[in-house]
Amino acid sequence: MSTLTAERPATAVPAADPPHRLRRAGGLLLTAVTRSVAIAALLALWEVAPRLGLADRTFLPPFSEVAREWWTMLAGGELTEHVEASLIRSGAGFGLAVLVAVPLGLLIGWYRPVADLLGPLLELFRNTAALALLPVFVLLLGIGETSKISIVLYACTWPILLNTISAVRTVDPTLLKLARSMGLPAPQVFRKVILPSAVPTVFTGIRLAGATAILVLVAAEMIGAKAGLGYLITSSQYNFAIHRMYAGILTISLLGVLLNQLLVALERRFTRWRTPAGKDRA
Amino acid sequence: MTAKIHFESVGKTFPVRKTRGSGSAGKVVALQGVDLEIPAGEFAVVVGPSGCGKSTLLDLLAGLSTPTTGRVLLDGAPVTGPGPDRGIVFQQYALLPWRTARGNVEFGLEATGIPRRERAERAREFLALVGLSGFEDRHPHELSGGMRQRVAIARSLAYDPDVLLMDEPFAALDAQTRESLQDELLRIWRRTGKTVVFITHSIEEAVFLGGRVAVLTSRPGRLKAVVPIDLGARHDGGDVRSSPEFAAHRHRIWDLLHEEVTRAQRLERQGAPV
Repeated sequence: MSTLTAERPATAVPAADPPHRLRRAGGLLLTAVTRSVAIAALLALWEVAPRLGLADRTFLPPFSEVAREWWTMLAGGELTEHVEASLIRSGAGFGLAVLVAVPLGLLIGWYRPVADLLGPLLELFRNTAALALLPVFVLLLGIGETSKISIVLYACTWPILLNTISAVRTVDPTLLKLARSMGLPAPQVFRKVILPSAVPTVFTGIRLAGATAILVLVAAEMIGAKAGLGYLITSSQYNFAIHRMYAGILTISLLGVLLNQLLVALERRFTRWRTPAGKDRA
Repeated sequence: MTAKIHFESVGKTFPVRKTRGSGSAGKVVALQGVDLEIPAGEFAVVVGPSGCGKSTLLDLLAGLSTPTTGRVLLDGAPVTGPGPDRGIVFQQYALLPWRTARGNVEFGLEATGIPRRERAERAREFLALVGLSGFEDRHPHELSGGMRQRVAIARSLAYDPDVLLMDEPFAALDAQTRESLQDELLRIWRRTGKTVVFITHSIEEAVFLGGRVAVLTSRPGRLKAVVPIDLGARHDGGDVRSSPEFAAHRHRIWDLLHEEVTRAQRLERQGAPV
């Protein structure tokens, strides 16, 4: 009855026969090797350079020694304490930023005059490095938790806010026309068209903010704190506990990567409907 | 009997922003004095050179904009805004990419207040009508262009509008898919008895689909002629497109359009800054 012969679905179903699966496992292994080889090389260099005298062992101890120190700190519970302090601060700032910036961005994006009015101000704030304002935060809010959470909140707000605004403003005009042609009332247009189509761009903002949260917090902790990863690094440096310092740096890298992976996974979950890369919509 | 759709000396003027060279802020007359009656159940095609105001005509009928002069009547009453009695099919499909085929059809049903219980059933029924049974759970990016447009057609039909407005719906498709969708559209039209207003710039498409073809002039868009199309009894399987009647109609409309295209090009050359 229908004339589907000329058309095929854009995705083919992969066959699951055993040789195919085997080849896929091989492919996965290859990918894993490709993706870890550069990191392995870096760690090898880190291990070898101090041992060969290419770098001063006092200032750059071999990786294995740092790793051992890291493990001792982890087992002793000391590391957990610092990670916890940092995570609570950055989590609070980041969470508050999401709660504030997403609704605010939706509002600003939806009301065009508001967006035009606030645009230049937002641009100014966004382009002022958050860390440059750290002294101001300390002066106004003291050196306690409030100023640290506030600076994270401040720094995380901009990427989320600006992405949310542009997400709302760049909704496909044809979809809006469609909604209008069906006589859909504005609140429903917002809920059924604007909100879902904004999700991917909003999430990009949230992911950027995640990276910012860690970055800014560590810097803030370096200036005045009694716990946290930033504090761990600076205090270790002052006390010449170089192994501990590197252990702290290593922890920050791991934490950053983990957080990013988590946010990417979340992003993917919410935007699965997006056109896969390489497949252009006709 | 009154006409289903009646364009009563309809004109539409758009303000245009000041351009460099022209000096003053001007106005563009997109449509001028269009009089056209479309009876219920007709498949009417509007054809014209690009930029002649075809889409403007459709927007007026859809209630997305209001005419500067004249009136657009639907069942004898002026169109005051968009409504579920008219369904639009866009060239760019306008599917919600985060919804499945079924979800997209249901979107139209939600908008027009069909009770939840009925939606799934209706969606399945209309996806079957356009030949997409088994593809209900695919997202738009998993469907080909032709299949996406089928979903859009199913969506517009599912909430049962009296009039189906189609704005160059097949222009972005490859030739083969386009022809098969034209066949299907005629089949669906015969089955549902909807009044269809179909916009195109393709003469072949106009002759193949139209019961009558309205030819618009280039800017400002006026109604140049209304050509009734009679291709004799269409029996399925026959190649209507290569019949002598088809060729004659095609040539007739080509003649009408050809003058307009030349005129449009001349105007464009004159208007362009040197």
